[in-house]
Formats: sequence, structure tokens, C-alpha cells
Amino acid sequence: MTAPAAPIPRNDLIVCPHCDAAYTLARPGHGERAVCYRCHTVLIMPRRKAGLQIIALSVAIVILITAAAIFPFLSIAVAGAHNSVSILDAALAFSDGPLVVLSLATAALIIFVPLARVLLSLYVLVPIVMDRPPAPQAAQAFRLAEALRPWSMAEIFAIGCAVALVKVSDLADVSFGPAFWMFAILVVLVVVQDNFLCRWSVWNALSKPAKS
Amino acid sequence: MERAEQTREVISARDLGVVACTRCLQVWPQGVQTCARCGHKLVQRDLKSLQRVWALWIIGFMCYIPANIYPMLRTRTLFHVQEDTIVGGAIELMHHGSIGVAAIILIASVVIPLAKFMAIAFLAISVTRPSTVSQNQRQLLYEVVEYIGRWSMIDIFVVAILSSLVQLKVLVAINPGLASLFFALSVIFTMLSAQAFDSRMIWDAQQQGKGQKQE
Ligand SMILES: [Zn+2]
Ligand SMILES: [Zn+2]
Repeated sequence: MTAPAAPIPRNDLIVCPHCDAAYTLARPGHGERAVCYRCHTVLIMPRRKAGLQIIALSVAIVILITAAAIFPFLSIAVAGAHNSVSILDAALAFSDGPLVVLSLATAALIIFVPLARVLLSLYVLVPIVMDRPPAPQAAQAFRLAEALRPWSMAEIFAIGCAVALVKVSDLADVSFGPAFWMFAILVVLVVVQDNFLCRWSVWNALSKPAKS
Repeated sequence: MERAEQTREVISARDLGVVACTRCLQVWPQGVQTCARCGHKLVQRDLKSLQRVWALWIIGFMCYIPANIYPMLRTRTLFHVQEDTIVGGAIELMHHGSIGVAAIILIASVVIPLAKFMAIAFLAISVTRPSTVSQNQRQLLYEVVEYIGRWSMIDIFVVAILSSLVQLKVLVAINPGLASLFFALSVIFTMLSAQAFDSRMIWDAQQQGKGQKQE
């Protein structure tokens, strides 16, 4: 990672990524937030014990995603005929011809991307929280986790479920499987975990060993 | 609570002679090519970004047209097969009395995508010429576009759930139509288009107006 004639980073400054406003860096205390004066983007928002909370949430999310993907999610019954599906079945519904691509994309957006993001953030955060040097390639891992952020669509899938249920309700009786409730909890956890994370603090922790 | 800003006049990183990594916020002296912390490429202003924005915008828009022409859902009951386009399906729902759900579908699949096309086009045009809309409003617009674009995927997920769930042999079966593929592509390409936009350019125009800078 060492470039020839390594340039010296300006650690006394912070620049807003959205509007390029430059400020001298003044670290906010726990529970406080540093906000861009010009465009109001939140730049830093450290939280006490945020690391541990995020790790706990992440572990819960991994377990829930795995379980929610396998267990029956919804089942339907009309005049004796019935059918029950898991989330994975739903994702793989686009099975004919060119729609297979869509199946893979859907499975990725609702299961694999959220899962990958959580695993990556665990990989990055666990050493930091334990005061160990960052894991190898931690910067790349965190970078990937951040790049995947807009493509994690579990919460959108949840709203999609609600809409689908209304559409089906006059056609047949629908009942919820265990995975439905797991998924509902999962969505809340994913959103909370995302909002707990102070990205600046993580990057700052990751850059420490470069100096010593 | 707020950051203590040293002057009323905000100085941009470019004027300070530094360049910031847009991914990890590390600040480097001007001229550094890649961020040593996260490996992201450092650019003062992404001048090529507008070309990428427009290219992705056009692909997204071209996918949106067949998404509205082809059927989204094919419902097969005992006696007949019904094919619904996005708008047709929403109207059908409205006739059944589910106005709320019809509204969600219409907003997620028609209003949001169209508004998003217009918003991105407006932003991309606004940074090339003087704009009457304030920077703060355009920044807000950009953030709304980035946040809300993903929600258009609702309809795709609804189709996925319906067509896996409603498979009751001879009684009734719902299958996805070709429009679902085009619609998903359209959402993905507009998301990429919005991501390609370098929002820092919104704030440059102001300074150009004042100081008449090169570039
Ligand atoms: Zn800003
Ligand atoms: Zn960086």
C-alpha cells in the first residue's frame, strides 16, 4: 500500500464529499455530529460503544438472513390447492428464458448483497473494536461494503411483500410463515445498523497503522 | 452541535489546493492520483462524469419504454389468460377498490421513474449553465433522487412474490412478463446514472459566477 514517495495526507482538514467545502477538522464528542455548513451533509457522528452495538446487530442480521431465506415465507390456499414459498423461491421466480438474469439480480438484491455487506462490516469492525490492528485488506472490504450500500434492498422487498399481499388477498387466503416475521425484524435491524455506523470514524481507525 | 465554521464564505477544497477522496473523506494535497487509504481514484472534479450520466440516462430511458409496453404480469385462470402492463395492473387494482396499493404501484413505477429522469436531466443541465435554482435546493434534489430511486424496485419484487406464490396448478397461476426485465434494467441504469453525477459541480457554478475561474 505504500506508494513511491508517499504523499502526506492532510489530517488537519475535512472536506464535504458532496459540495467540496473544506473545514479545519474539529472532532465532535460522542453523541455530537459534525455537519457541513453549506449542504448539511453529516460528516462525522461518533457514538459511544457504536462498534459493539453494530457487531451485535450484524451477528443478528446474519442469522436472520440465513433463516429467513430458507424457512417458508408466505403460503397461499384456494379451494384446497395450496402453495408455500421461501424468500429464495420468490427471488428465483423469474425462471423462463431471459428472465433468469432477473432472478439472479433479485436474489442478490434482497439476500446476498445485505448478507455480504454485514459480513464485510464484521470483518472490518471486529478488529477495530477489539483494539487490534485492522484485518488484512480491511480498507478494500469496507470500500466494497460501502459501494454495495445502494444495492441492498431488503427494506424495499418488505414493502413489496405488503403490496403483493393486498393483490393476492381477494384471490386466495394468504398466511405468513416464520420467515415472514424474521424478515420483518431483519429490515428494522438493517436500517438501524446502517444509521449507527459513522463512516468517518471507521476510515479513521483504518488509517492508523499506516502511520506507525 | 454544528461544526464551527471559520468563515461565512465557505472555501472549497479546490481553492485550498487540496483534493478529497469522495469515498473515505481523506484529504490529500493537489496532484495526488490515488487515495492511499482506500485506493479510490482522486479527482478534483469529474469532468467526464456528465457524459457517463447522460449515457446511462439514455440507456435507462430506452429500457423504460418497453417496460411500459410489454405485460408485467400474466395471470392465467381456468378459463382465460390476462396480461397486465404496469399501468393496466394499477388501474385493475383501482377497480377492485385497492386504491392505496394502486397508488403505491403508480408512484413507485411511474411517478418516481419519470420524476427521476427529469431530475437527473435537470441537474446535469443546470451545472453547465447559470441556474436560477439555488445550490441548496439542487443538492437536496440530488439527495432525494439518490435515495428514492431504489424504491422503484418495489414492482419487480411484487412480481417476484406473486409469480412464485400464486402457482396453483390449474386453478390460477401468475407469471412474470417481459416488462419486468426492462423495468429492472431501467431502474438499475438510472441508479447508476445518478451515482455517476458529481454533486460537487453544483457548488462550483456559484464560484464561477463570482470569480470567473478557468476550467
Ligand atoms: Zn457539503
Ligand atoms: Zn480514500
